[in-house]
Amino acid sequence: MSVTVRIPGPLRKISNGADKVEVEGSDLAALVAALEEQFPGMKERLVDENGELRYFVNLYLNNEDVRFLDGLKTPLSPGDEVSIVPAVAGG
Amino acid sequence: MTAAQQLTPEQVKRYSRHIIMPQIGSRGQRKLMDAKVLVIGAGGLGGPAALYLALAGVGTIGIVDFDVVELSNLQRQVLHNTETVGMPKVLSAAQTLHRYNPEVKVVTHEVAITSENAMELIAGYDLVVNGADNFATRYLVNDATYLSGKPLVDGSILIFDGQVTTFIPGRGCYRCLFPEPPPPGMVPNCAEAGVLGALTGTVGSIQATEVVKVILGIGEPLVGRLLLIDALTMEFRSVRTQRQPKCPLCGDNPTVTELIDYEVFCGLAPPPGGENGAAAH
Repeated sequence: MSVTVRIPGPLRKISNGADKVEVEGSDLAALVAALEEQFPGMKERLVDENGELRYFVNLYLNNEDVRFLDGLKTPLSPGDEVSIVPAVAGG
Repeated sequence: MTAAQQLTPEQVKRYSRHIIMPQIGSRGQRKLMDAKVLVIGAGGLGGPAALYLALAGVGTIGIVDFDVVELSNLQRQVLHNTETVGMPKVLSAAQTLHRYNPEVKVVTHEVAITSENAMELIAGYDLVVNGADNFATRYLVNDATYLSGKPLVDGSILIFDGQVTTFIPGRGCYRCLFPEPPPPGMVPNCAEAGVLGALTGTVGSIQATEVVKVILGIGEPLVGRLLLIDALTMEFRSVRTQRQPKCPLCGDNPTVTELIDYEVFCGLAPPPGGENGAAAH
């Protein structure tokens, strides 16, 4: 069951330059684990030491902030799109 | 907002491409001429935002910046030029804006915006544009505009990515979007990672568009939406944002009821031992 993950510019160093990747996962936690397997170093950018979503990187499931859904337990369906959106401060 | 007096024939000519549109008209143009907008930062975003606001005839444009123009700014910062290197940015900016539109009043605030002066600075304006280049100032401006009850048009950029959103007090804020800043060093800034010059123009120009819409009350500003721009794939899309009931600033039980020390909040300074809040820049 494949889900599209959109990788933002600042994290493409980790994804070897890819802006979109296909990942398997039945929920967001599984998706993060699969991302880490494919791109080591990605997980620590998304979740903290306690396994909680970081407060300065948002995950959106089809445009909805997963903090307003079920966080890392949010279930995924085939064809879903997950966007990683980090806070950036440049001006 | 009180409408300014009749437009002069010269103003009718200068603003004719706006006035001819029914969404603006001469009434809207007078609203723009009555508006007071504060721009935080005369850099990559604040520059093009202020430029288009000045061209649009926004009556009063305040600019806050304490930096001087550097050669490395000129790859993107359209208000400055080779001859103004070394000049305070607010002066270089004011000079440029006046050349484009001498009718606009440009108020220069050559200071760092801090927890001590932010409320006072913002009090003189209807609306704020955030073109800050660091997290501490971004949170400071967010909190100060919310506590002042003023709309905030926020923009940020890094590498080839841009983000824009508009916060109306009570409908979500930057803390609802990103509850905490990244620890220092985790997210690079533009000096460390770079930024595409033309992208700052895209984002700053979108911020100016948002300001005009909010002043005129037209269209659908980016309220409840975060616009994401990827200049490499040239995709523009938006994700939904909302007010977080647990937000410490604008939530149901706020704990941030006045400005705090944003250097400490962003991990840039140790918690103070009875000292005043540090400057946020």
